[in-house]
Amino acid sequence: MALLEVSNLDVRFALRQGEVKALRGVSFTLDRGERLGIVGESGAGKSVAAFTILNLIAKPGYIAGGSIRFDGRELTTMKPRQLQQVRGNQVSMIFQDPMMTLNPVLTIGEQMVECLKAHRRIRSRDAREIALNKLRQVYIPSPERRLDQYPHELSGGMRQRIIIAIALLLDPDVIVADEPTTALDVTIQAEIMELLLELCEKHNVALILITHDLGVVSQVTQRTLVMYAGRVIEQGPTREIINDAQHPYTQGLINALPQMATPGQRLNQIPGSMPSLANTPPGCAFHPRCSFSVDANGERRRDCREVIPTFVRSGNCDVACHMVRELVESRPAGDAEQREAP
Amino acid sequence: MSEVMKPSQRQDDDSAQAGETLLQIRGLEKHFPLSGDFLEQLRFEGGKLKRRQEFVHAINGVDIDVKRGESLCVVGESGCGKSTVARMVMGLLSPSAGEIRYDGQRIDHLSPGQLLPYRRRMQMIFQNPYASLNPRMSIQQTLEEPLRFHHPDWNRERILEKIAEVMASVGIDPEWGKRFGHEFSGGQRQRIAIARALVVEPEFIVADEPISALDVSIQAQVLNLLMDAQEAHHLTYLFITHDLAVVEHFGTRVVVMYLGRVCEIAETRSLFDRPRHPYTQALLSAIPRLEDDGPDHIKLSGEVPTPVNLPSGCVFHGRCPHANERCRREIPRLIEAQGSQVACHGVEEGRI
Repeated sequence: MALLEVSNLDVRFALRQGEVKALRGVSFTLDRGERLGIVGESGAGKSVAAFTILNLIAKPGYIAGGSIRFDGRELTTMKPRQLQQVRGNQVSMIFQDPMMTLNPVLTIGEQMVECLKAHRRIRSRDAREIALNKLRQVYIPSPERRLDQYPHELSGGMRQRIIIAIALLLDPDVIVADEPTTALDVTIQAEIMELLLELCEKHNVALILITHDLGVVSQVTQRTLVMYAGRVIEQGPTREIINDAQHPYTQGLINALPQMATPGQRLNQIPGSMPSLANTPPGCAFHPRCSFSVDANGERRRDCREVIPTFVRSGNCDVACHMVRELVESRPAGDAEQREAP
Repeated sequence: MSEVMKPSQRQDDDSAQAGETLLQIRGLEKHFPLSGDFLEQLRFEGGKLKRRQEFVHAINGVDIDVKRGESLCVVGESGCGKSTVARMVMGLLSPSAGEIRYDGQRIDHLSPGQLLPYRRRMQMIFQNPYASLNPRMSIQQTLEEPLRFHHPDWNRERILEKIAEVMASVGIDPEWGKRFGHEFSGGQRQRIAIARALVVEPEFIVADEPISALDVSIQAQVLNLLMDAQEAHHLTYLFITHDLAVVEHFGTRVVVMYLGRVCEIAETRSLFDRPRHPYTQALLSAIPRLEDDGPDHIKLSGEVPTPVNLPSGCVFHGRCPHANERCRREIPRLIEAQGSQVACHGVEEGRI
């Protein structure tokens, strides 16, 4: 059984201007020790998805439907007390900006001990010992000294290492990392990503990595989820998605990268921009930007405009696109069967 | 949008104008005082009052030439001084030492009045289009202001005509002129910021991380726009960025900076094919790639030192795997090495 099972999740924000549907029918699973990437542009709903896993959605946001099952238990209906046991103990989170996450008026040691004491009945001295041990695991030089330092005394890369150490404090089963390296430089980003990868493999921790950087996803994760306007539009093994994306949006996203074009030539841009979540187009949300949704007569296809695409299996990927469905269904039956049974 | 540019065309353009230096930076330095005013600098030490001043050494002797018609990219990690160089070129900061020549004329010591004719020829695009557009001005007003300022003799029709033309060229409907900045998306705002730079018909544009705040699909749109504008108006770019993939695509030449000094200057192709400086090598190997071959990047030990107390000798020696005694002692100069310029003792001695 999967460790985390999210099915048909709907998250809405009740704003004065009307309801914003931030997540619509999002489903995915995560196995023990698996590394899953969630990719999308800003406004795609990937951070909301991450927050919802820990039930961290605050008013005016609320879970309108669907379920999140973690280790067999339903999180959406759990009491705050019980949720407290899951957060930190079993699922921990790493946020984008380490300076915002660390408390500036407490030393590193105080914050780590505080976290341990909140979850376990433990003596301060033992807690400090565990903290020290975790700092060693994330390769922080002279960890004894760091425990008594304040966050502002450390560099950005060092702070993010501390955040990772705190995330590991209670030996969680899952780490949710929301853009963990966006605020860092490339050389530091490479170090942090390598560290996360190493720790997840060593301790068999599952990772949900949320990022807009396809390069990072391709190097760290095994499976990838692509989101657009609050929906998952494609999911499958990372390698297959990067090398052979099926959904026109994923293709566009990969082709828009500068490394995919000949130097000096124009880049392959996707026209237009992501729709606002308060006002998403009917049918496939991507259809106004999609070149495949135009038929031979130069008109938008009716199904793209009106019908929300459901998932269709292509290779090992699930793709929500009318065009891909047609392609798959037009394949000879024998071919399709072969693909069904791996 | 204009036609797809052929690579051969682009090269012809470059070679026709090659050699002519538009902007020359020599021995540029910038120090920011860290220790407050006179009274705050006084310390009581050993029974005596002593005055102690501390500085952030942001730029420490930078030489760069920008040739007419090229896109010179400046890359480096945060704190390496790349934005400070851009700001000094535009006259937004004054250098502590060194000189900046534009089209042969020294411009770094000019008064604001004397600088005015140059301001029309050089324009800047900033990183964050949410902050660089005045929220109280409509798009029309934003684009009108520089024109009225630089062309006081133009009449209203001429100004409106020019604005409509520039808005159309960046893909913003001229009908939207009455709207305000907040009504637009990030990509559209950056287009407006680019329109504001283009409206006075400059020949040189300094772009400080113009696409870093934008999403991937929007980045491609804005980069294409910048390349179209370059072709249409024969622009020269000084392009500041930390994104090496963009550099590889966009730049004709690249300057790699570290801690206020230049490590390497090279043609884009040769820099990516064969980086010489150990820092450039580490930087290039750190880019997350889409390809399957897993991360085999060069690990740097330690972190960027503080620019308050600069390391002696080569600023990179503390993290460099090839550093020796000479690197710790002596500051390396930029030397010619197979077409590129490298500041490294190891490359000079043939060790690396």
